Amino acid sequence: MSFPWAEHYTPKLPLMKWIDEKLPLPRFVYNAVGGGYEVPRNLNYFWNFGVLAGLALTIQLVTGIILAMHYASNAGIAFDSVEHMMRDVNSGWLLRYAHANGASFFFIVVYIHIFRGLFYGSYKAPREMVWLLGVVIFLLMMATAFMGYVLPWGQMSFWGAQVITGLFSAIPVVGDPIHTWLLGGFAPGDATLNRFFSLHYLLPFVIAGVIILHIWALHIPGSSNPTGVEVKGPQDTVPFHPYYTAKDGFGVGVFLLLFALVLFFAPNAMGHPDNYIQANPMSTPAHIVPEWYFWPFYAILRAFTMDLSIPFTGIVIIPAKLLGVLAMFSSILLLFFLPWIDTSPVRSGTYRPLFKKFFYLLLVDVVVLGYCGGAPAAEPYVMISQIAAAYYFAHFLIVLPIIASIERPDPLPGSITEAVLAKAKHRPVEADPALAAAAE
Amino acid sequence: MATEVQGTDAAVHEGEGVRRRDFINIAAVSFAGVGGLAVLAPLINQMNPSADVLAQATSEVDLSAIAEGQAIKAVFRSQPLFVRHLTAKEIAEADAVDPSTLRDPQTLEQRTVDGKKQWLITMGVCTHLGCVPLGAGEGENRGEFGGYFCPCHGSAYDTAARIRKGPAPKNLQVPTYKYTSDTAILVG
Repeated sequence: MSFPWAEHYTPKLPLMKWIDEKLPLPRFVYNAVGGGYEVPRNLNYFWNFGVLAGLALTIQLVTGIILAMHYASNAGIAFDSVEHMMRDVNSGWLLRYAHANGASFFFIVVYIHIFRGLFYGSYKAPREMVWLLGVVIFLLMMATAFMGYVLPWGQMSFWGAQVITGLFSAIPVVGDPIHTWLLGGFAPGDATLNRFFSLHYLLPFVIAGVIILHIWALHIPGSSNPTGVEVKGPQDTVPFHPYYTAKDGFGVGVFLLLFALVLFFAPNAMGHPDNYIQANPMSTPAHIVPEWYFWPFYAILRAFTMDLSIPFTGIVIIPAKLLGVLAMFSSILLLFFLPWIDTSPVRSGTYRPLFKKFFYLLLVDVVVLGYCGGAPAAEPYVMISQIAAAYYFAHFLIVLPIIASIERPDPLPGSITEAVLAKAKHRPVEADPALAAAAE
Repeated sequence: MATEVQGTDAAVHEGEGVRRRDFINIAAVSFAGVGGLAVLAPLINQMNPSADVLAQATSEVDLSAIAEGQAIKAVFRSQPLFVRHLTAKEIAEADAVDPSTLRDPQTLEQRTVDGKKQWLITMGVCTHLGCVPLGAGEGENRGEFGGYFCPCHGSAYDTAARIRKGPAPKNLQVPTYKYTSDTAILVG
């Protein structure tokens, strides 16, 4: 599973030897995140975000299990039980704010993690499976977050559930029965709330399971690195512990600092005030928006305002509503095909001058989509979303394959060590005796 | 397995190379497969609306108190139901439109009961993504076609609650209902 020069697990205490013979769990941990896992020596801070996502999931699991002890998944009292948590339960406000903002932070780190993968070509062979499992985790996260947002049974919860489950009614013929089946009624109600609570509790454990597969698949070829050049020998790697446990530890500190800052000083900044109004099936809020992390996809959904029809006949092939739904789902499903869309053999964007420009354009494009998704469905936002959604699809389906065939990449370093030492040359060697020794 | 030559008498006797073991294997797996599917049915079906939800699936509405030009919001299947008493002018406006120019071509007659053309009964659920359109309440924005207006994504419906502008694909749905007397309807 690892490189031949990796340290072997050698238990010294008789008890540890005894355990290792019966159930080699400590050996497994040592080889996965201990001294037995060799990692490229040149990882930058963008490689912290996998561990940070794991930390965010842990925060969600711990706070979520506690919140479930105080929550009532009954449409009549769900809203009150959340208010009860906020006002009466000891430290309830802290745990609920941590859970609500924890979801936002989970998405922040996962989005950085995804864009890290996009820039450094982490999805390319031999790590396609790591990427595919990552997209599965992302889909599961979206489902979990959506259902979690319904649980407080506020106005946004209710109308979010109405709109999102309404997407399924766009499916021809079987759409309406599926819609009713998902809700357990004709509109979101008690049955809906209960099944969402059950699944919201289940899915994080499914996510944890897929994360184990994600890491397993990663550890077969080993971690990628900012140069995208494969590990060539022992000089290219360092053991995960203590080198990256320390580096990740620093990242965890920064993450917790920012998390505490939002949690204690702006806990409602990323929420919507309408969700502090109890759900009312008879009155729609003036402006329905999902949570911010869904905005780019919501913008793609709303970008389709015209039916797809045969010109001059008025025969509609696909109505606008179904087009929007298909586009929204394809915008994510597209990522499953990315390893085979981008055919450039060079992984890292650092050595791809043309790719780099379009990568930043995609980044801006997604931010623009996000902004439009949070804005009201009026001009100029609809037109901007249409242009931005068109670019999103064009980037993956047209731009990436073209770049791969016409781009002339910059020369790659001979090895990870060579890249590291070339960087070190710009500094006076005397200042860093360790590097000076390594250079010789 | 079946192609392996066992040379046993049993294989020869049963002919066509089908061994007793293969037959039992296929039969057992098929039986377990059908059984598994049968178990799946209740697991899926439990998600459909329960009996108590379906029991609330009809509503009675009294029309006698609704003045001409007025509309009310009733509740049907825990969703809003718009009941509107159209004025002669609104009926004329709806009839003036050529149905073939509409996105979802229907006439006012097709959307109301014979002889009760002034009573327009529709769901208060926008056919786009399920918001409640404005226009049933006093003083609410009725949109540029004088019917209903959905504030979520700007769908505008005319006085027959037909979609005229915006992203919604269909007219506001007319539920099945019947008149139980001259001034009362049973919806559902």
